[in-house]
Amino acid sequence: MAVDDKMVARVAGLARLTLSAQEVPHLTAELNNILGWIDQLQAVETGDVQPMATVMPITRDWRADVVTDGAIQSDVLANAPEARHGFFAVPKVIE
Amino acid sequence: MATAYHDDGRTGSYLVEGRTGPWELVIGLEVHAQVVSNSKLFSGAATEFGGEPNSQVSLVDAAMPGMLPVLNGECVRQAVRTGLALGATINRWSRFDRKNYFYADLPQGYQISQFQHPVVGEGAIEIETDEGEKVTVGIERIHLEQDAGKSIHDLSPDRSYVDLNRSGVALMEIVSKPDMRSPAQAGAYVSTLRAILRAVGSCDGNMQEGSMRADVNVSVRKAGEPFGTRCEIKNVNSIRFIQQAIVYEAKRQVEILEDGGSIQQETRLFDPDKGETRSLRSKEDAHDYRYFPEPDLLPLELTEEFIADCAASLPELPASKRARYESELGLSPYLAGVLTADADGSAWFEALLANSAARQAKTPAQVAEKAANWMTGDLFGALNKLGVEIAASPVTPAQGGELLALMADGTLSGPLAKQVFEIMLETREDPGAIAEARGLKQVSDTGALETAIAEVMAANADKVADYRGGKDKLFGFFVGQVMKASGGKANPAVVNELLKKALG
Amino acid sequence: MTALTDLSLAAMKAGLAAKDFTARELVAAHVAAVEAARPLNAFLVETPDHALAAADAADAALAAGNAGLLAGIPLGIKDLFCTKGVETTASSKILQGFKPTYESTVTSKLFEAGAAMLGKLNLDEFAMGSSNETSAYGPVVSPWRAEGSTAKLVPGGSSGGSSAAVAARLCAAATGTDTGGSIRQPAAFTGIAGIKPTYGRCSRWGVIAFASSLDQPGVLARDVTDNALVLEAMAGFDPKDSTSLNVPVPHYAGALSADLRGKRVGIPKEYRVEGMDPQLVKLWEDGVAWAKDAGAEIVEVSLPHTQEALPTYYIVAPAEASSNLARYDGVRYGIRVAPEGGSLADMYGATRAAGFGAEVKRRIMIGTYVLSAGYYDAYYLKAQKVRALIAQDFERAFQSCDVLLTPTAPTAAFELGSKTADPIAMYLNDVFTVPASLAGLPAMSIPAGLDAQGLPLGLQLIGRPLDEQGVLNAAYALEQRAAFTAALARWW
Repeated sequence: MAVDDKMVARVAGLARLTLSAQEVPHLTAELNNILGWIDQLQAVETGDVQPMATVMPITRDWRADVVTDGAIQSDVLANAPEARHGFFAVPKVIE
Repeated sequence: MATAYHDDGRTGSYLVEGRTGPWELVIGLEVHAQVVSNSKLFSGAATEFGGEPNSQVSLVDAAMPGMLPVLNGECVRQAVRTGLALGATINRWSRFDRKNYFYADLPQGYQISQFQHPVVGEGAIEIETDEGEKVTVGIERIHLEQDAGKSIHDLSPDRSYVDLNRSGVALMEIVSKPDMRSPAQAGAYVSTLRAILRAVGSCDGNMQEGSMRADVNVSVRKAGEPFGTRCEIKNVNSIRFIQQAIVYEAKRQVEILEDGGSIQQETRLFDPDKGETRSLRSKEDAHDYRYFPEPDLLPLELTEEFIADCAASLPELPASKRARYESELGLSPYLAGVLTADADGSAWFEALLANSAARQAKTPAQVAEKAANWMTGDLFGALNKLGVEIAASPVTPAQGGELLALMADGTLSGPLAKQVFEIMLETREDPGAIAEARGLKQVSDTGALETAIAEVMAANADKVADYRGGKDKLFGFFVGQVMKASGGKANPAVVNELLKKALG
Repeated sequence: MTALTDLSLAAMKAGLAAKDFTARELVAAHVAAVEAARPLNAFLVETPDHALAAADAADAALAAGNAGLLAGIPLGIKDLFCTKGVETTASSKILQGFKPTYESTVTSKLFEAGAAMLGKLNLDEFAMGSSNETSAYGPVVSPWRAEGSTAKLVPGGSSGGSSAAVAARLCAAATGTDTGGSIRQPAAFTGIAGIKPTYGRCSRWGVIAFASSLDQPGVLARDVTDNALVLEAMAGFDPKDSTSLNVPVPHYAGALSADLRGKRVGIPKEYRVEGMDPQLVKLWEDGVAWAKDAGAEIVEVSLPHTQEALPTYYIVAPAEASSNLARYDGVRYGIRVAPEGGSLADMYGATRAAGFGAEVKRRIMIGTYVLSAGYYDAYYLKAQKVRALIAQDFERAFQSCDVLLTPTAPTAAFELGSKTADPIAMYLNDVFTVPASLAGLPAMSIPAGLDAQGLPLGLQLIGRPLDEQGVLNAAYALEQRAAFTAALARWW
């Protein structure tokens, strides 16, 4: 399955990667190269094989419903590019 | 135009009259209910409402690099209990998926939810509208998912502020089938569902605080036709708004269709101030959530023993409680309905009933009607005026039981009981103590009343003569005078008896 | 006397116990070696204060007789492990300046065992690469050079800083992470040993995620014994990682045995790919002979879906990565690029465009595409089905053998820049390591010989789930017979 520039631009939009006009055709070619290579999987007979659900087939106890965390506002905000009044601040979202 | 019939054979109770004839509504609801739990779905941070911004946030909730989710078993238990209460299939194997999208209050860049394999499958609930229309609404599924944080847009002219306190709080998304045909049915569905959740204790059902909110799917069609294209009205947080949004949205869609247009499947927003819905994110590229199994979590596997424990822990549900109130207590369907509408109310009623019966040495059924009438009339009226929920009632069920007993044994007349109740609301004192201390007891002491009667007769000798001369109607006058003299506390029955004797 | 930096980790432990030298002397010698080796660009951050403080604590503990398993041992930490208060970037510009307020479970365990952290090691950006050339902070240069050449070679990747630092004697051992071969291939390229344990054996908590269902922390060290010692200290159940295995950790080093009598070593025929370098074929045959010599029975086994492992990996890993890397959005940590007057969406796009390098972007794009509506079934679902088949292949093979023996990588180390223009050529480096990653199995590379240019080649051992001991033992037997000695001339 090949992608075109339009698809690459759409995928970049979904992934929130701003691409320049020059980057798009370049990436289109690269992705087609890689996708062409991984397309060989389509030839594998998978019939009614169940997809792998978990790497190791384990079960384990769930967490008990107790408060063990939180109250670390300064840690949460410590690396923020912009924090104000205890909040993370971002460019204004217009709804 | 003939009566509209649904393709499932149900008669439409509500139709939108358009230029081209009547249109039928098709409504489905996705109710997001916050699970009652101490800590979040995948972290140990508290779920409490309020708090300083970002103070109930763990490193997991803030999606710090390398952080991993760990499932809270209580949230699973609550979802399963809810599913059982809705008569739904419990899936022994389910799984969490990532729903990928970018938003400021979604720190991971994905929401952990259940897409393909929800923990609870199909079920159904019976609803009844205020008009007495009964409908079965199918439940499609219930899945567990994380709530997002909160963006605040009005604290700065050029910035939005992000608070992650709610990020990661457990939600149950309860998805109905598109089985509702009117705003009334949608309203009844939400209130019935809320009563069940409250009875189960899996969600507090508080719509103002956002513990329960609904995405409303609305489409319209001509009778017998296939479903039309639907619009989804997001995040509506009261039953009234849900109904207003449906009314507006149906009308909007009918107008578009009758003008020859077509409905765009989209997400819309309800504006309660304007009473209208409007398009949301329509300019944004089509959603593509790229769901895939959450690799940081194991599949959710349930044992039969776990499910049996969940079932054993369920309380009596509103519908069966209501039937029991009617059959065992002899209450009217109306009273039974009102008293089972929410778990707190029925719990209060049952405590009141037990206390009242014990004090009077009677069976609950013998005192039920008086108790129910007093609670739905006097108590609910007073709480309504005070603006408090039953759980915060200043009067306890034991005090209510005492009051009912004092009325039953004649210590308090109706009017005196009302007076005492007013004081109870204010002071939280027991009714017996109030009546005693303030002298509000009904006077049945014949000696005191005979004295009062003698005084009244002495002061109105002329009227006594008239009465004795045949003016029977004056009897009422004497009763009134004696009651007045006793400050309203005289037992009217005793006064009657003594007066008859005295007047001869 | 041998320089302190030339000692194996086990010899360091013995020397410390015998009071031949102090932990401070040992660590100070390594701090100096790290400083002298800056041309290798192996360390992104040097933490001599941390190391020396741990050394002093170790000396006190040694004196008091309560020293931990790794007391005073100088380690390098791959910069994918979050370290409290020490900048952690995953070699990405997008995390520039990020100082975690928390310590990964693995580094916590190592520090509790008394280890001294010399610094944070360079890697491919977000562990995406096989040559350490995708690092935003420049490539790592291998301490190895081909005979008669001064051309710069890659140390392998993604744990390239780890492999270079251990090979160059800058640290006794280093942590690594392995998603598709990121411990084993760099170990093979630099003539050292490295183990990726069973998926879930070491906690992923605090390890920056690349592909969650594949990522697994492990060790790079000089030999098998040193690997066993470090693995024992870092493995173990962690309730904070839902995929962590709740089983006891054996005393690997104490249980090491080179006696392979009664063991069956499987040779998967599909690994003998067409056009395989004859030197590699020879090395593999040597390995078979050594295993026989150690008493093992050799059996041929079949892993029919070997060829499909790489394309499967290049769907699953980018898909998970595209989601795992969504959190780097400029809101809570790392860099932020906000175009003047731009919206939140503009900030996301610009931050991620500026913060991620070309290979990371490529994989995010592939991963986003294979998960998107209309393509999920054909790519992601198909890949998870093939992955199940690959795991079944191994299960079947382990019915007739106890451990598998294969080459680690198809070539020896190559020159810097020689494969950067061709992503697929780079991906093919992992052809022998990826299948075990997809199945979550423990696997190890040991240095087994040199090629004609004098560059190291590695052999890989793959074991049953949780059988790290079986892998270590087979590796131990082969190591003794390979008698590999690194004739590494210091040029930096």
